[in-house]
Amino acid sequence: MIKTLAVHIKGYIRESVMTPLFMILEVVMETIIPWLMASMIDEGVSKGNLNHVVTTGLLMGLCALVALFAGYMGGVFGAKASAGFAKNLREAMFINIQSFSFANIDKYSTAGLVTRMTTDVTNLQNAYQMILRICFRAPINLIAAMTMTLIINAKLATVYLVAIAFLALVLIFVVSRTYKLFSEVFERYDDLNANVQENVSSIRVVKAFVREEHEVGKFNKAAYNLYRLFVKAENMMVSVSPVMTLTVYGSMIAISWFGANMIVGGELSTGELTSMLTFCMQILMSLMMLALIFVMLTMSMASAKRISGVLSERSTLTNPEDPDYDVPDGSIDFENVFFSYSKKSERPVLNNINLSISSGETIGIIGGTGSSKTSLVNLIGRLYDVNEGSVKVGGKDVRSYDLETLRDKVSVVLQKNVLFSGTILDNLRWGNENATEEECVKACRLACADDFIQTFPEKYNTKIEQGGTNVSGGQKQRLCIARALLKKPKILILDDSTSAVDTATDAKIRRAFAEEIPDTTKLIISQRVSSVENADRIVVMDNGEINAVGTHEQLLESCEIYREIYVAQTVGNGDFDKKGEM
Amino acid sequence: MAGPHGRRNMQPRPKVKDPKKTFKRLFGVILEKYTIHLIAVFVCIIVSVLANVQGTMFIQKLIDDYIIPMVQTVTAGGVADFTPLLLAITRVAAFYLVGAAATYAYSRIMVYVTQGTMLNLRRRIFEHMESLPVKYFDTHPHGDIMSVYTNDVDTLRQMISQSMPQMFSSLITIVSVLVSMVMLSIPLTLVSVGMVFVMMFATKTIASKSGKFFLAQQQDLGKENGYIEEMMKGQKVVKVFNHEKKSVEEFKELNEKLFHSSYNANKFANILMPVNAQLGNVSYVLCAITGCLLFVISGGAWITVGRIVSFLSFNKSFSQPINQLSQQINSIVMALAGAERVFELLDEESEQDNGYVTLVNAEKKDGRLCESDKRTGVWAWKHVHQATGEVEYKPLEGALVMDDVDFGYTDDKIVLHNIDLYAKPGQKIAFVGSTGAGKTTITNLINRFYDIQDGKIRYDGININKIKKSDLRRSLGIVLQETSLFSDTIMENIRYGRLDATDEEVIAAAKLANADSFIRQLPNGYQTVIKADGGNLSQGQRQMLAIARAAVADPPALILDEATSSIDTRTEKMVQESMDKLMKGRTTFVIAHRLSTVKNSDCIIVLEKGRIIERGTHDQLLEQKGKYYQLYTGKAS
Repeated sequence: MIKTLAVHIKGYIRESVMTPLFMILEVVMETIIPWLMASMIDEGVSKGNLNHVVTTGLLMGLCALVALFAGYMGGVFGAKASAGFAKNLREAMFINIQSFSFANIDKYSTAGLVTRMTTDVTNLQNAYQMILRICFRAPINLIAAMTMTLIINAKLATVYLVAIAFLALVLIFVVSRTYKLFSEVFERYDDLNANVQENVSSIRVVKAFVREEHEVGKFNKAAYNLYRLFVKAENMMVSVSPVMTLTVYGSMIAISWFGANMIVGGELSTGELTSMLTFCMQILMSLMMLALIFVMLTMSMASAKRISGVLSERSTLTNPEDPDYDVPDGSIDFENVFFSYSKKSERPVLNNINLSISSGETIGIIGGTGSSKTSLVNLIGRLYDVNEGSVKVGGKDVRSYDLETLRDKVSVVLQKNVLFSGTILDNLRWGNENATEEECVKACRLACADDFIQTFPEKYNTKIEQGGTNVSGGQKQRLCIARALLKKPKILILDDSTSAVDTATDAKIRRAFAEEIPDTTKLIISQRVSSVENADRIVVMDNGEINAVGTHEQLLESCEIYREIYVAQTVGNGDFDKKGEM
Repeated sequence: MAGPHGRRNMQPRPKVKDPKKTFKRLFGVILEKYTIHLIAVFVCIIVSVLANVQGTMFIQKLIDDYIIPMVQTVTAGGVADFTPLLLAITRVAAFYLVGAAATYAYSRIMVYVTQGTMLNLRRRIFEHMESLPVKYFDTHPHGDIMSVYTNDVDTLRQMISQSMPQMFSSLITIVSVLVSMVMLSIPLTLVSVGMVFVMMFATKTIASKSGKFFLAQQQDLGKENGYIEEMMKGQKVVKVFNHEKKSVEEFKELNEKLFHSSYNANKFANILMPVNAQLGNVSYVLCAITGCLLFVISGGAWITVGRIVSFLSFNKSFSQPINQLSQQINSIVMALAGAERVFELLDEESEQDNGYVTLVNAEKKDGRLCESDKRTGVWAWKHVHQATGEVEYKPLEGALVMDDVDFGYTDDKIVLHNIDLYAKPGQKIAFVGSTGAGKTTITNLINRFYDIQDGKIRYDGININKIKKSDLRRSLGIVLQETSLFSDTIMENIRYGRLDATDEEVIAAAKLANADSFIRQLPNGYQTVIKADGGNLSQGQRQMLAIARAAVADPPALILDEATSSIDTRTEKMVQESMDKLMKGRTTFVIAHRLSTVKNSDCIIVLEKGRIIERGTHDQLLEQKGKYYQLYTGKAS
């Protein structure tokens, strides 16, 4: 995992090396300064030697200047290295996600990916900066200060050794205990917030059933439990502070007592004593710092794991070695196709599919939820690979084509479709970057989208909000169809793409398709019989198998499932108005 | 949550409108319960700071009063007497012990104060939120409401638990150190204070620079976050359109920008510490030189060596709390902004309810309705006439009348005009019309999620404004299009309709809703826990649960918003059946999308642009060949 992540320091290696070097320089200076202070007091102040005070002072000033420079450079390089690391991580993740196949995408949720690219990366950025700046600093500081105290007086320094050992033990104990407690606290905290979230989004139900008091009672109980856990965890944490202060105070008293004895015995100078006392704080602070780093690092481990998970995910689909760049026509052949999303599942999602569609045909596909209609068409654009058998487009196996070429010729209007922020034109040009405005308008006419676009004050330059929230469901679907048409595909697949369009417009779109793009093979998935009844052939899917293929009339006569759906939708049970109204 | 509104934590530092007022109010909330606690904290902090200061003072005494005399005794050939030093050190140790105890005590107390206040605030916010009208939730992004719980309350926690005591102890430290320094040497104090001003100036300059870049960083982060979110949501579309290269290009551009602002922001934040630390060292040197100069010039008359040494250590502990203070101010401003949003929510006006007609259990005695304490299955409106005090009981039947109703979500934009309609008990009224015609709005009015601008709505002949809201809503069942389920067991989700329903009643309701069979197929049956937003159930199954929930409440009147999402024909049929069963014998207002629902209705209301344009039965309306005919046949007439 560390290796996966460490690669992304590239481009910032110089900064990553320089930062700790400068930090070390700063620490060295900071260790020399108190030593100079001691000399200043002993040789200068105590003896009234102003000359010595000034020269040591100047030396100290120089050291401070060097320390300042080192600290500054360390800060600058550290910021650059960590910001660069974060940049590389984000970019690498984004690029890798772009290479994901549908199967890869299905594994992650949108929110999950966004968190990984933002919060998790920020966590790592901070952790990396800390490693560079403090991780070296704290132990070196500790070692330097210890060395200095040993040089000044080895006997006195043993006091610190004892204090360090004691504190380290206490810190390890408390940190490990509180870490566990706090992770539990945050879990509960998430639960509590999830409860609030539910109340906010379901407020109508809460109010309609007059359950406000019930909810308040539930919340109060949960909030109180959280309070108790929090108090427990924080009390644990708080217990560190008296131990810490007592250790500091204890060492200071011990140093004062033994120091005084030694001074009287002539083994120590007053200046050395003050230096020892100054180092006391330095040593204990770096110890605290180390504990903090330890906690932060364990916390960022979770982020590191999540990020490296995305980075090491490999696309399940690859381009063939010698790809074919020519799709001759829009014919489709399914030959003994078996398919399932996971290798482990017992029943395949598609079970021995054999189907031959000639170029320019219009095919309707109908069947209940879970009958694998979408899975069937997704294989055509090689959004997934078959487990067995083969899917051919234009007479050649889809796996022999260059992916980009294939997907340019096979245009899918997905069931869960998305518009992006930008103008309507921007969105349409996803289909063809170089489409002129006339071409866009033409595509929209075909998809019956031009009418409503013309009613917008800014027409084709109307801005679409993120997620397409400012157009209705039906309008969105028509825009998505227009976008797909702009690719001038050989095969057009509409996956339940007109469910929110009213029946009349739906019929109009299909009519336009038949007249304007007769050579394009059209596959139409729908829940509505009316959407498919005029197709050249209708495929009835049931439980991952093709139940029947035929024209509307043939199926009404021979296929029971089709008849059942037809009866359900026409005899008193159909949709009344447009679907998908919100 | 990561919606477009859930990014409050990434927005630049907000401005606090009235920091004084907010601070006072926040402090008031804390003091309400924890006045004594806070006084104790106050005392403990003083004790702990004083203990610390006297320790530093002791170093001076140690050298001047004990070590130097002893050294002199020894050089003079005598034997040093360690007893006074031992005594002094014991005394210091005792002080230290008290100090450490005080530190521990105030940290412990602060845990209770902080967490208690958090609990108190959370409960208050939630309780108040539950009392807010539906309008509040419709007009405020849910991400913003959530942010009050997640971000705002959290910044308050940090402020109360860390910033407040630390600021306080910093202040006391500064004051006491300053006093000690003045006592030691006034000229040296002047030098020291002068350097503090230099440090403060440096801090301000650097902090404002880094602040500017942090702001830019938050904005860039927000932009990049939005882009990622959009691309991840549309990832499959990106693939289908071969748009990968282009989106990587766009992303790189945003990423580069974020790198720059992030780099600069961190750069300035990073150099603040070394700059101040070295300025502290410079201050040390200056004080040493000045002190020494004074010592040499006066020959020790103005200042002793011990004093200089002691002063120098004070000098160190002087700059530290000042740096801390400047850091804390930042977090306090953040917290106050959070507190302001918390109070904003708490100041939102609760749902008003002036209703006095209540719903009571009733039984018939000698042909007259009387109130009963038992659950009789018969309900009556208890109407206490305000003028006379006379009590009148009216049976709950479910007759609903709208009389010339006008309504707008805001006063200046009326969305429903002159709505007249009546439903006799047990009748089914269907609303049809295109999106935005006002169908959902009408149902919002009946249970008083919103109040009408003009006209009257009567329920069993009583103006609904006179009915207590909770009783009005209890008498109306509701099945919404967006089925809201809670993360709890299926049993509890259905029981939500009536909390005292027995398990048997819940199961009976599930059977009525056609849900029993699929529930029993789940691994834990009725005890299956529904995951957040019901992810483990299909759309149709969730609808059936919502229907069961309404069924268990057994209300005389129903508001039904038929789901429009495409579910397959078989499930749809089952949902349909369960809805029909539920509607039987109840006055029902249904926003209809299905032919069968519309056909069976006693009256169909066709709405367009907030007005009723047609009304009548299915056959009557078809004959009119108007809008209904058009919607039904899919053809323009």
